[in-house]
Amino acid sequence: MSDCLPDGVQAALKAAWTQRASLLAALIRAARGDFVAAEEALSQALEAATAVWPRDGVPDSPEGWLVSAGRLALLRQASRAAQSLETSDPDGKLWGGAVAPVEGEVVLDNLIDFGGDDDQLRLVFTCCHPALAPAARVALTLNAVCGLEAHAISRAFLVEEATLAQRLVRAKRKIRDAGIPFRAPTSAELGERLPEVLKTIELIFNEGYACTRGRDLISERLCDEAIQLASSLARLLPDETEPMGLLAMLFLTDARREARVSEGGDLVTLPEQDRRLWDQRKVVAGRSLLAQAVQLGGDGPLVLRAALAAEHSTAASAEDTRWARIVELYDALLVIEPSPVVALNRATAVGEASGPQAMLTAVEAIEDPGGALASSHYRLAVIGEAQRRMGRTLEARASFEAASQLAENDMERRHLLRRAEACF
Amino acid sequence: MKYLLMIYVDEAVENAMSEAEMGTLMEGYGRLVEEMEAEGVLQGGERLQQVAAATSITSRSGSFAITDGAFAETKEQLGGYILIEAPSLDEAIGWAKKIPSAIHGTIEVRPIWELDEPPLAESAQADNSVAADS
Repeated sequence: MSDCLPDGVQAALKAAWTQRASLLAALIRAARGDFVAAEEALSQALEAATAVWPRDGVPDSPEGWLVSAGRLALLRQASRAAQSLETSDPDGKLWGGAVAPVEGEVVLDNLIDFGGDDDQLRLVFTCCHPALAPAARVALTLNAVCGLEAHAISRAFLVEEATLAQRLVRAKRKIRDAGIPFRAPTSAELGERLPEVLKTIELIFNEGYACTRGRDLISERLCDEAIQLASSLARLLPDETEPMGLLAMLFLTDARREARVSEGGDLVTLPEQDRRLWDQRKVVAGRSLLAQAVQLGGDGPLVLRAALAAEHSTAASAEDTRWARIVELYDALLVIEPSPVVALNRATAVGEASGPQAMLTAVEAIEDPGGALASSHYRLAVIGEAQRRMGRTLEARASFEAASQLAENDMERRHLLRRAEACF
Repeated sequence: MKYLLMIYVDEAVENAMSEAEMGTLMEGYGRLVEEMEAEGVLQGGERLQQVAAATSITSRSGSFAITDGAFAETKEQLGGYILIEAPSLDEAIGWAKKIPSAIHGTIEVRPIWELDEPPLAESAQADNSVAADS
């Protein structure tokens, strides 16, 4: 958007931007489910607004104006497509030429049904449809729901902008070509569809939280968007406890953001963090949401993980952490989410509660049929820590060095090498 | 929209079934077809013979090569197909889940390529049919 727009126009466009889900929804319906056409129409409508509003003034109903302009853009697209199939309309009277609606053509407010919250829900569930690849869901949600442009998303995920742009185009085309419907699931379908949305939101948060480049604006933006999304979901689905659990977990995790990276850009593990840097407002918000979820009978995986995050975030120090309670929570989580990563987290907690030998035994007992752990640094790092605590320094050093070779980014690699060097 | 539901199964799994199990499977298909016909969604469908009866042809440097078997050796093979008419992907997926072989195989759901629809008519009001659900 141009910097030289008058303030009134800027403000109106910004306000309309916050309604983007509703605007997009109206155009998706007008386009009979064609996501691609609707998005193009919306951006053409916005372009028209930036050209026309400074000249003619902000209309009484900016959203109504934008939807009308969008519909005209759709007609124009459709007639172009029709003209490629047959010759017609030699005088070009079919759509009148301009995308901007002329006076008298603007559809009044009361004819447009803004679904509001319902549209937000429809958009999120459509962007997170299981028929889309996980990476596509993340990109599309950030783009269509959160309003991030392709270049911002590509910077956040450290991919080429062209790659990201292609990913978005393919996702939108798939929605159109495969007939992914623009609707929210019924309560019967929620059990199957909700976890996918929650996972997508979590992926967005994790990307922001991972701080692979140290603290920067994009990372914080991603965490904030994820929290916003989780918050919308919790508000729109008040009877569901898992969205509450997710939001609680994100608040409790995000509370530790400032303490996670040292001044030198190094990773600071949980036991080493300066807890005075934790954001207590977020801790309180997270705990309160968790309490609400538990009171409503929430016992799903996200509620459990929020409870785990709460145990860490409320302990005054690493030593004060209720490790036995954490092991219990992991035991419960493993019943519903039997993943090797969760088992590994549990092993760490066992180590804190019952000593390094128990920790080693727990790690070695983990079944890993998918082989996911074998190629991850995490398992070796936990083994190294157990060995270190038992005084088996040479083995510990070797484990940390092997782990560093499997690290996913520089920060983690440096961290593991430091731990290796500390064993002598 | 029309969708092709392609039924992929490991032939070894079906070959290992007892007569009773196979009977139950076939009955399941019978019931599904009845249900699809009653709903008016069935457009066609067949069970294929196993890949031992298949022949493949490919073009190599200008001439055709004819070989015995399927186009590729895969763990699961195409065992049959059902062509349906459904309002959206979600309904097509719903039908795919009901296919008896879905439990031990994979069902690929692919939309049929259809010619462009005629241009949109200007409608004075938004289409609120989606507001009816959830």
